[in-house]
Amino acid sequence: MEAAARYVKDGADLRDTELRLGLPGSEAPEKPAVPSTRGGKRALQEDDDMESRGKSRPLEADSAEAPAAKAQIVGWPPIRSYRRNSFPPRKAEAEAAGLYVKVSMDGAPYLRKIDLKVYKGYKELKEAMENMFDCFTQGEVSRKDGCSSGSESAITYEDKDGDLMLVGDVPWEMFISSCRRLRILKGCEVRVLRTRQYS
Amino acid sequence: MREERSDMSEDDDGGGEEKDSWAPGLGVAGKSRGAPDPLPPPLCDQVLENVIENVLQFLSSRRDRNAASLVCRSWYRAEAQTRRELFIGNCYAVSPRRAIDRFRCVRSLVLKGKPRFADFGLVPVGWGAHFSPWASAMAAGYPWLEKICLKRMSVTDDDLSLLALSFPFFKGLTLICCDGFSTAGLAVFAEKCRHLRLLDLIEDYFEEEEYEVVDWISKFPQTTTSLETLGFDCLLSAVNFEALEALIARSPALRQLRVNHHVTVDQLRRLMVLAPQLTHLGTGSFRSPEEGEGMEHEAHLVSAFAASRSLVSLSGFREVAPQFLPAIYPVCSNITFLNFSFAEITAEELKPVIRHCHNLQNFWVLDTVRDEGLQAVAATCKDLRELRVFPLDATEDSEGFVSDVGLTAISDGCRKLQSILYFCQRMTNKAVLTMSKNCQELVVFRLCIMGRHLPDHHTGEPMDEGFGAIVMNCKKLTRLAVSGLLTDKAFGYIGKYGKSIRTLSVAFAGNSDMGLRYVLEGCPKLQKLEIRDSPFGDAALLSGIHHYYNMRFLWMSSCKLSHRGCEDVARRLPHLVVEVIRDRPEADDEAVEKLYMYRSLVGRRNDAPPFVKIL
Repeated sequence: MEAAARYVKDGADLRDTELRLGLPGSEAPEKPAVPSTRGGKRALQEDDDMESRGKSRPLEADSAEAPAAKAQIVGWPPIRSYRRNSFPPRKAEAEAAGLYVKVSMDGAPYLRKIDLKVYKGYKELKEAMENMFDCFTQGEVSRKDGCSSGSESAITYEDKDGDLMLVGDVPWEMFISSCRRLRILKGCEVRVLRTRQYS
Repeated sequence: MREERSDMSEDDDGGGEEKDSWAPGLGVAGKSRGAPDPLPPPLCDQVLENVIENVLQFLSSRRDRNAASLVCRSWYRAEAQTRRELFIGNCYAVSPRRAIDRFRCVRSLVLKGKPRFADFGLVPVGWGAHFSPWASAMAAGYPWLEKICLKRMSVTDDDLSLLALSFPFFKGLTLICCDGFSTAGLAVFAEKCRHLRLLDLIEDYFEEEEYEVVDWISKFPQTTTSLETLGFDCLLSAVNFEALEALIARSPALRQLRVNHHVTVDQLRRLMVLAPQLTHLGTGSFRSPEEGEGMEHEAHLVSAFAASRSLVSLSGFREVAPQFLPAIYPVCSNITFLNFSFAEITAEELKPVIRHCHNLQNFWVLDTVRDEGLQAVAATCKDLRELRVFPLDATEDSEGFVSDVGLTAISDGCRKLQSILYFCQRMTNKAVLTMSKNCQELVVFRLCIMGRHLPDHHTGEPMDEGFGAIVMNCKKLTRLAVSGLLTDKAFGYIGKYGKSIRTLSVAFAGNSDMGLRYVLEGCPKLQKLEIRDSPFGDAALLSGIHHYYNMRFLWMSSCKLSHRGCEDVARRLPHLVVEVIRDRPEADDEAVEKLYMYRSLVGRRNDAPPFVKIL
């Protein structure tokens, strides 16, 4: 039963961050603690937990809590949770919803957002990003610390652990599943990066 | 091993220990309800009994044994004395005490607990199926117990400890879809069970936090072990690899090893080199954490597989890096079981592998291989008996990568097919009909069209005719799972032609009570019936009164049942335990959300949680 209490508590915390259509301050009526089911397990990921919470209420499939895709029915299709948990759901969600990540470029006044699902590989991505930030690289004045402008840049990304990584090392599929945001480094930061690479 | 697993899921023997009491007529039927006969038999009967005992020792099938036990009292006693393997399909159908009283010399126990729909989250946590009472009863009653196999039971660490300490001859433990235990329990078990030959963990649930994980692999005896089978592919936490390596090195009898996804391909290779005599191998992740170092690894891996001349079964491939797949070519022509159902590979990646697998009999795969991949399977695997195609994306509006095309290809190429489990989104009656004609050996047909109520995607018609053809043409069919848009007509077919069906799974199907009535009135061999989200009500439930004592269980959830109807059944059938499971404790509606009923020799259980009401 301890497992059940923990399960419900996780769900309660998530309600704060949940997207809803209702007015602020309005909440769905508090439900008493439901016996948890084995379908969800310990929440490894936010997505998993959301899905699981939805799952414990089969009769309310059409409530406002449903995610953008059709609300999932408990235990359907009939796949054991062992198998479900083996394939991270975020991939499925990425399929449905598009994988939008922020793109920042050093020195640019605002950021952009791109859908990683649209590109088939690194080449396309790099081309798209170059086009996107083209207007900022033309005629840029040299930075105050004296590094040359515009000519050298490197594309990096922040992965799910929060680390800054160079784009291009891992297979494309792995990249889009772990990339959280993109950052274009310019000028002397790039030089430092390149030096480190070869040292 | 694989045979064992499929037995557990198909459950061919209908009713084990508990079946005898329902046999009509004989005095023996009354016997099994009370204490054994206290008066000793006369001398000449004793001699005869000894002879019978000697003969019965050779009888292994539990159906044969059940039949033998019904002949007369003498045979009943003799059979009870000589039964070595005890199969209990529903842990609540009989008490440990009664089982032990009747069968005195059991060496091996198979015990099943929760209903199958518990696997899909339909049974709330804490429902029951606790192993503890069985463990303590057996510790007292069967000191010479050697093997235990549990499915869907709640097993605690204390239970594992008790097992290890109570049975000095203990040889083998298999846990399938069990929960409640942790690596701490495994550690005690490994340490105390000195003559262990088999430890197999299959799709069990683990709920430990990182800091709670115990290094159980190190706890096995430091001397040469008797281990023949070690399987932990479902374990979530990593094991101490050095300890594992050392364990394998001192286990010369090891034939089956299934490691979990934490084991890299290089680690796997090291293990394989230590155990070239393996027959069954679960390969773990089958990738290397360091990208770009492939070439050397690949060459060594190939030679490891080439040296494993006895391999007949391969599984794992949990995060397979396709460049390592060619390493298994040396063993492909020998393997009879291949489990790629966690490997996200494409048709192009599958083809070069499957091309070599001429002797494959059991193949589990992900739908990422698409129809094209299945066509390749059909082209090569002429001896295929069992196929399972699982979905990568198990949601009802997923794309679905396989279809009627793949099913047709398989039915054309694999004429010996006996068992199929197929998840898809697009299916046609024609394809199912084709399979029913081509695959006359079908015993198990489970088709899951993931989108609810989806019709034939060519004609737009219900899937009635397809399933109808299956029951009509496949005379050996004993297990059927239906899906897609189905009307009562489909059930009419099942009732009319499904005379051998023992297990039936229904979801989101039918129009009215008639659907269920057809089945209950038409299928005499029906043992296990599980239904969800179908419009069957009290009248339909009542139409099966004549048959429920012959069944292991009936599950109905999200149907149209009411308390009144269920109470009616409970009243009329006193030996049936009728459980109403409520998801919402406060709702005391007339409507019954979940019904689980089963025959029992011991009446209602005393460990039911508050959300279960026994009528």
